Amino acid sequence: MLEARDVHAGYGDVQILSGVSFAVAGGEIVALVGPNGAGKTTLLRAVMGLLPLRRGAVTWEGRPIHAAPTHRIVEQGIALVPEGRRLFARMTVEENLLLGAFAPRALQARGEGLERVFQIFPRLAERRRQLAGSLSGGEQQMVAIGRALMSRPRLLLLDEPSLGLAPRVVEGILEVLRQIHREGVGVFLVEQNVQASLALADRGYVLENGRITGQGSGRDLLRDSHVRQAYLGPLAMGR
Amino acid sequence: MRLLAQQLLLGLLIGGLYGLAAAGLSLIFGVLRVLNVAHGELLMLGGYASFWLFALLGVDPFVSLLGVLPGLFLLGLCLYWLLFAFVVRAHEEVRIKNSLLIGFGLALALHALAVRLWTADERSITTAYAGAVLTVWELKVPLVRLASLALAFVLILGLHVFLRRGRWGQAIRATAEDWEAALLMGIDVRRAYLLAFAVGTALAGAAGSLVSVGYSINPSIGLEWTLKALIVVVLAGMGSIVGTFFGGLLLGAAEAVSIVVVGGPYREVVGLVIFFCVLVARPEGLFTRGALR
Repeated sequence: MLEARDVHAGYGDVQILSGVSFAVAGGEIVALVGPNGAGKTTLLRAVMGLLPLRRGAVTWEGRPIHAAPTHRIVEQGIALVPEGRRLFARMTVEENLLLGAFAPRALQARGEGLERVFQIFPRLAERRRQLAGSLSGGEQQMVAIGRALMSRPRLLLLDEPSLGLAPRVVEGILEVLRQIHREGVGVFLVEQNVQASLALADRGYVLENGRITGQGSGRDLLRDSHVRQAYLGPLAMGR
Repeated sequence: MRLLAQQLLLGLLIGGLYGLAAAGLSLIFGVLRVLNVAHGELLMLGGYASFWLFALLGVDPFVSLLGVLPGLFLLGLCLYWLLFAFVVRAHEEVRIKNSLLIGFGLALALHALAVRLWTADERSITTAYAGAVLTVWELKVPLVRLASLALAFVLILGLHVFLRRGRWGQAIRATAEDWEAALLMGIDVRRAYLLAFAVGTALAGAAGSLVSVGYSINPSIGLEWTLKALIVVVLAGMGSIVGTFFGGLLLGAAEAVSIVVVGGPYREVVGLVIFFCVLVARPEGLFTRGALR
């Protein structure tokens, strides 16, 4: 469904991605793991058209999208939950969610969409009139995911949704991703939380220094000695 | 005492127009992060448009507002495409610098154009009802100016409701807060910029029409009005739309008091002193915490 081939991108003189290729098929959960600064966020920005490619291509259902403006990419059914959530802090929870359904494709069904989000995150229904900036970190992440779902995506990209959240909250978010996946939405999860994300994913990629250095099923990657040593620490080696 | 009250009343009446001029400037600055220093010249154009419609066709100035608003909206669209669209693509610092240059250039061009078309004379619209006065407690309230104040309030309120409820109004607010996140919502951010600029221009034009009825216009009023609008924007807080109305009233009132206390020639100074004090004491503005609302 989504395919990136030989993606090169960067900022100014700094080359960050040097030939990244990956693919997410329909209905898959795919994880991308890697250390800080590997280029994970840059890759997502490049896919969403927030950063121009220097070389390579991104296609969605066989058609190139890397020259399209971001709002058109969203309209075609890809949504990103950005790093740091990027909520509209001075708007209410409900306003944030409804803005998620701005694309014409999602606009008509936005009442339904809102109900569905409130079903997934009942807490947000209670907080719908509150300013998004006043919520806790976990609740803000719920709004960010809910807002992305409001655009009725067929593929959901998530950039570090577990960052800064308590383990119990993270578990809840991962459970929601499982549920979204069961409803037929593809999930591309970018995480530093290697253990949890690879355990959840059908397949995984390892991104280091702007290059894909490993790929395989989530389980295989978790068993891979390099991945274990680099991301799970020496203690994990013995297990 | 009666003199002070009368001046205060007149100050509040013109303050509403300061507010309306500032609302457009505030919208444009809040969304595009671009200071349009030609805002006062756009206001002047609105005034001359009403003046011409009245002088040539006999259209009542309050009716001609219905033509000036969409007319200046269209002009705003064109100016944005021609002059500001590429500035907005630059980074914030470059954006401010370039927008100042372009704004001053536009201001000079419009000033020259106005001298050409309408000469440097002072113009104002004198309708049959221009002299109508309401007397309340020995205070004289010029009806035309009162109507202008009311219209200014209605227009600002209309903008507020549009930003709150309208689909594109919300998109504009989202863009003002975080344009990248707005893009991720599927909002065409460039269209939000375009719309904000055109609406801001239309409001400047409306303010100009009202100025030409209750007061007077000439080709040089632009800078003065830009300055007043800027003072009010700072007073109210960047991006606070309803706040600009009250900020305008405040500036009008302060000028009125200064006329009575220290004399008319110091009127302009008072605004700048207030500007300075607010920047030092409460840079986020009096009526806001920095939000576009």
